[in-house]
Amino acid sequence: MIGIRSLRMVYSHKEILQDMNLDIGRGEVFALIGPSGSGKTTLLRLIDLLERPTSGTIYFDGLDTNGSEQKRLEIRRRMALVSQKPTVFNASVHDNVAYGLRVRGQRGPDLHNKVNLALESVGLGSYEHRSARTLSGGEVQRVALARAAIIEPEVLLLDEPTANLDPVSTAHIERLIAEIIQQLNTTVILATHDMAQGQRLADRVGVLMEGRMLQMGDPRDVFDLPQSRQVAAFVGVENILEGSVVSSEEGIVTIDVGGAMIEAVSNLGLGEDVSVFIRPEQVVVAPAQASSSARNVLAGKITRLTSAGALVQIEMDCGFKLVSLVTKRSIEELELQVGHRVYASFKATGVHVIRRKR
Amino acid sequence: MPELVQALITAVKLIFTGDPEVFDITGRSLLVSGISTLLASLIFMPLGSLIYFHSFPGKRALVSIIQTLFSLPTVFVGLLVFITFSRAGPLGGLQLLFTKKAMVVGEVVLLSPIIIGLTISALSGVGQEVRDTAISLGASRFWTIVTMLREARYAIATALLVGFGRAISEVGCALMVGGNIRGSTRVLTTAMSLETSMGNIELSMALGIIIMAIALVVSVMVSRFQQR
Repeated sequence: MIGIRSLRMVYSHKEILQDMNLDIGRGEVFALIGPSGSGKTTLLRLIDLLERPTSGTIYFDGLDTNGSEQKRLEIRRRMALVSQKPTVFNASVHDNVAYGLRVRGQRGPDLHNKVNLALESVGLGSYEHRSARTLSGGEVQRVALARAAIIEPEVLLLDEPTANLDPVSTAHIERLIAEIIQQLNTTVILATHDMAQGQRLADRVGVLMEGRMLQMGDPRDVFDLPQSRQVAAFVGVENILEGSVVSSEEGIVTIDVGGAMIEAVSNLGLGEDVSVFIRPEQVVVAPAQASSSARNVLAGKITRLTSAGALVQIEMDCGFKLVSLVTKRSIEELELQVGHRVYASFKATGVHVIRRKR
Repeated sequence: MPELVQALITAVKLIFTGDPEVFDITGRSLLVSGISTLLASLIFMPLGSLIYFHSFPGKRALVSIIQTLFSLPTVFVGLLVFITFSRAGPLGGLQLLFTKKAMVVGEVVLLSPIIIGLTISALSGVGQEVRDTAISLGASRFWTIVTMLREARYAIATALLVGFGRAISEVGCALMVGGNIRGSTRVLTTAMSLETSMGNIELSMALGIIIMAIALVVSVMVSRFQQR
């Protein structure tokens, strides 16, 4: 549906997008994940034909989009973009939602019915006469979704649809997006800095950082098997270690990470320099050494406890810094405190090893 | 001081007893200024939009010049229009000098920078986001402009009122090209100027109160629109 070839975008000597290549199939839900300033919004604006790229080509349904303004308008009318902070027109909610169809020449009772349906589908059924400027952030976001969905776009572009919302509104908007995806069977490109949101909504994710697509694939794979340090750090791998392989036998490697030895499942050969990723939820903490199937058991001392909701992050010194994520209840039952000596364990399958680039 | 109080009392009497001369002059003032504002906006609002929506070399300089001309001296405009319509002037054959039409022409010229400049700033106030939203939702160029103007409606209404206020309160141009002819081109400001010099303080005062009342109404409306 969307094909992007060697796309570059330069703004005042700064490369916002570098040599981007991307194909998105019809009906696919693709999440564009990356921190703020990584180029997500720029990419969406380019796809929506709001701007022209510095170089490279965007194909829409096989059509080269770099044509006359009239051609671009025709293509643009097959898409809709919901921006991060949607702007509503200083008019009624009804007129805001009707806008896309009005500029396409639709009038009359048919239009009115469609608007009412769209408003009901986002739970704003009674809002049609309200002034759009008096709405709350979550309501504006819903109006923006209705305003985009009513067009029945072939491609729906969503730029951080929940970035400015509270958790309750976020859940509501995500539910609406899932509904729209199902009902319209539309191709969706969703930009988000929230890795988990990408996982919840998308068929496929791409990690965009500093204008480059670092990794693309199944959300689970990107989450569990990051292919670079930057992606690992972004998807929440707290433990990133550097080391080299000191033994490699039957798919199990032993890695020297500067003092400590870590066993992992990998086919890399002896002497390889590697990066080692261990998700904090893979690390089990116990006050005493117990026998278990875990291949890695390291003695250490708790240096810090940080609460995050129902979970607590434990930082330990095991010759290197190791982070674990456990429930608050575990901490209480095991009476863990800063300064305690503990044993941290994790399975060889819980360690993800990649060859380190020099 | 007693003379001033006496004048005020007489002025109020003139207004509330419906003095035909006072009403005649007020009506003409409203008419000339109203038509001038209307014509000026019909011509110069589209022109302002055109300037806003196009980028060309020297645009910023042009906008600065337009803003400088907000305080264009009324007597200078009067002079230009006088020369244009005087018997020997380029449009002398139309014989418009010392008519209401010539006054309207003068006011339209006087208002042109205000209407153009305030239209540009009204549209600038709408912001890039509204424009992008319109385009993204599939608006053609024409619809985008219509949408922007609609979004700027309160600021544009403010521009109209400011223009009207300037037209009705200026005296230089109205006097020079209208000639202050009784029953024909005499308006509030020119009448005040003449009556004061002739010592008719009461009549002048009555006209002054009316013009202040009009200014007050305009200013209240402006501040209402600006709160939107």
